[in-house]
Amino acid sequence: MTPERSITSRLTAVAAHAGAGPAFWIVGAILFAGVPLLNALPADSFFHVSDFTLNLLGKFFAFAILALGIDLIWGYTGVLSLGHGVFFGLGAYAMGMHLMLGIGTEGVYGNALPDFMVWNQVEELPWFWKPFYSLPFSLAAIVLVPMAAAAIFGYFVFRSRIRGVYFSIITQALALVAWLVFNRNETNLGGTNGLTDFKHIQGFSLNDPSTQLVMYMVTILFLGLAYALCRWITQSRAGRVLIAIRDCEQRVFFSGYSPANYKLFVFVISAGLAGLAGALYVPQVGIITPNQIGVLPSIEMVIWVAVGGRGTLSGAIIGAAGVNFMRSTLTNHFPELWPFFLGGLFIAVVMFFPKGIVGLLRKASAMLPSRKSKVENAAATD
Amino acid sequence: MNESISIPRDIAGERKVIGSRHQRSIIYLDNVTVDFDGFKALNQLNLIVDYHELRVVIGPNGAGKSTLLDVISGKVQPASGRVVFGQATDLIGLRENQIAALGIGRKFQTPSVYTTLPVWDNLDLSLHRKNKGFVATLLSKLNSEESDKIAQTLEAIGLTKKARVLAGQLSHGEKQWLEIGMVLLQDPELLLIDEPVAGMTEQETEKTGELLKSLTDKHSLIVIEHDMEFVRQIAKMVTVLHEGTVLCEGFVEDIQNDPRVIEIYLGRQKEADAPV
Repeated sequence: MTPERSITSRLTAVAAHAGAGPAFWIVGAILFAGVPLLNALPADSFFHVSDFTLNLLGKFFAFAILALGIDLIWGYTGVLSLGHGVFFGLGAYAMGMHLMLGIGTEGVYGNALPDFMVWNQVEELPWFWKPFYSLPFSLAAIVLVPMAAAAIFGYFVFRSRIRGVYFSIITQALALVAWLVFNRNETNLGGTNGLTDFKHIQGFSLNDPSTQLVMYMVTILFLGLAYALCRWITQSRAGRVLIAIRDCEQRVFFSGYSPANYKLFVFVISAGLAGLAGALYVPQVGIITPNQIGVLPSIEMVIWVAVGGRGTLSGAIIGAAGVNFMRSTLTNHFPELWPFFLGGLFIAVVMFFPKGIVGLLRKASAMLPSRKSKVENAAATD
Repeated sequence: MNESISIPRDIAGERKVIGSRHQRSIIYLDNVTVDFDGFKALNQLNLIVDYHELRVVIGPNGAGKSTLLDVISGKVQPASGRVVFGQATDLIGLRENQIAALGIGRKFQTPSVYTTLPVWDNLDLSLHRKNKGFVATLLSKLNSEESDKIAQTLEAIGLTKKARVLAGQLSHGEKQWLEIGMVLLQDPELLLIDEPVAGMTEQETEKTGELLKSLTDKHSLIVIEHDMEFVRQIAKMVTVLHEGTVLCEGFVEDIQNDPRVIEIYLGRQKEADAPV
């Protein structure tokens, strides 16, 4: 009996590590190839996806990468960070600085310096801007800068055993500090107006729909990679330690693990994902300002994950894309209602469906007896 | 106050005897004082437990029983004194996970299990492994030796049939056994067990007692307990704590008839009986 069990458990472990199920590949193919194909249809076709919509989707799925990171640290590990806007911002600004320098002398003032520096009477490019001429440096900085920031911040906070609501408050303070620093003209990052007016990326015009199409596909590709990474972590024994930390941190400690190290690792990984998301966001949206990285956006990011279903990777993606879709739709028609709607949505999630959309879907399909086995499969593969 | 600090003569004699056997002790607390902002939870406490011994620690609420376990397991740092594990390992200044890795397992008073993970995974995570760092754990796979160990432990705690059940769905008693199983899989030399039968039915209590007694082949145990009937079932040697220090120590029959023990229990009956 025992060797049998060990073989089956090993097999399931290998299967789990090998990657995601068919749903992953089907959804991935639809998003990666199907949507661009619909975009290629004639504009009067019913199924046509406009350039505008495609661009919006690209933004949503960039957010979904960030949501995966928040889900790792909050949904799985139980550590609520209200400061992920900062890591998103670091990635976004790193990308923005590279694009800014790419404008060259095409700016309003025809100066090699970014326009806002000319406006602020800065005579020479600040030292920390110079490396961003290099694409490889910028691409590395996109993930490494947020990860380094998270490592330093997390090291001190987790070592000091700051947890629960205290951790959330400190991360929120971090978001406020970042917002204040990025807002200052003296920081030389564009102040309140942020970085914008990007012209091209590696010689391709950012206004060209085909460039945006490629950006969309790159985003989907990275979303797939991010999902695979998170899946690999959550399906491993380390992933179960994360859940154990969420359930009973004290026991984890006394079982010989260091929860602080685990939290630090996951916090750093999720910061890297947030930075990546920021870098994909910037070329598709064309602007990054302090208002997109401060306290409020950081809280909104957490709500995406809560609505989608924390502790499930698909929930993070569905939540990020879904809430932002509602946001675009609603702000088009009733812009002043959006904050109320978002607040109401959050209250509804907390009170009525704490497991989010994914939890609701599972519950609903569990009620249909014929689909019971399917639900169990879904639960097992998530 | 003075009265409680002065060590009764027979205990002093006992200490002398034990003193000559130091080399064989699994844990040795030497003059340990724990100070919580002026309140001395432990006051120059001395305790020696031998290998393969099952020591029961009793005492009224606030006597310092849980603090004693906190000090040994690294949750609380003493203001003064020494805690020596085995031959010569000083535990002062070590973190909980480091002490756990040395071979001291702790079972908490309220069941501390991972409620949203299956029983099997609860045990799997508790298994003693050389490296419990993030990367090592991320890459680790279950080998057959490990899964055998888990299966044996499941058998010992009577949860074989519930291996795939989420720990949160177990009954109170089953959770307590699961946690004992989790502690056992750490391969500890010394087990610290805090009120294992609180809230258990009579049957469950008896089963737990048998389980604990069977562990002394391989382990040493310190068990904190209120329930005197249970203490009689499992204990040979009992240590009575009172106001942070050892009041007396001896065989369970002698302890029960000791007038000082009767006095602290009867004198503070209300608190002693209060639910914890």
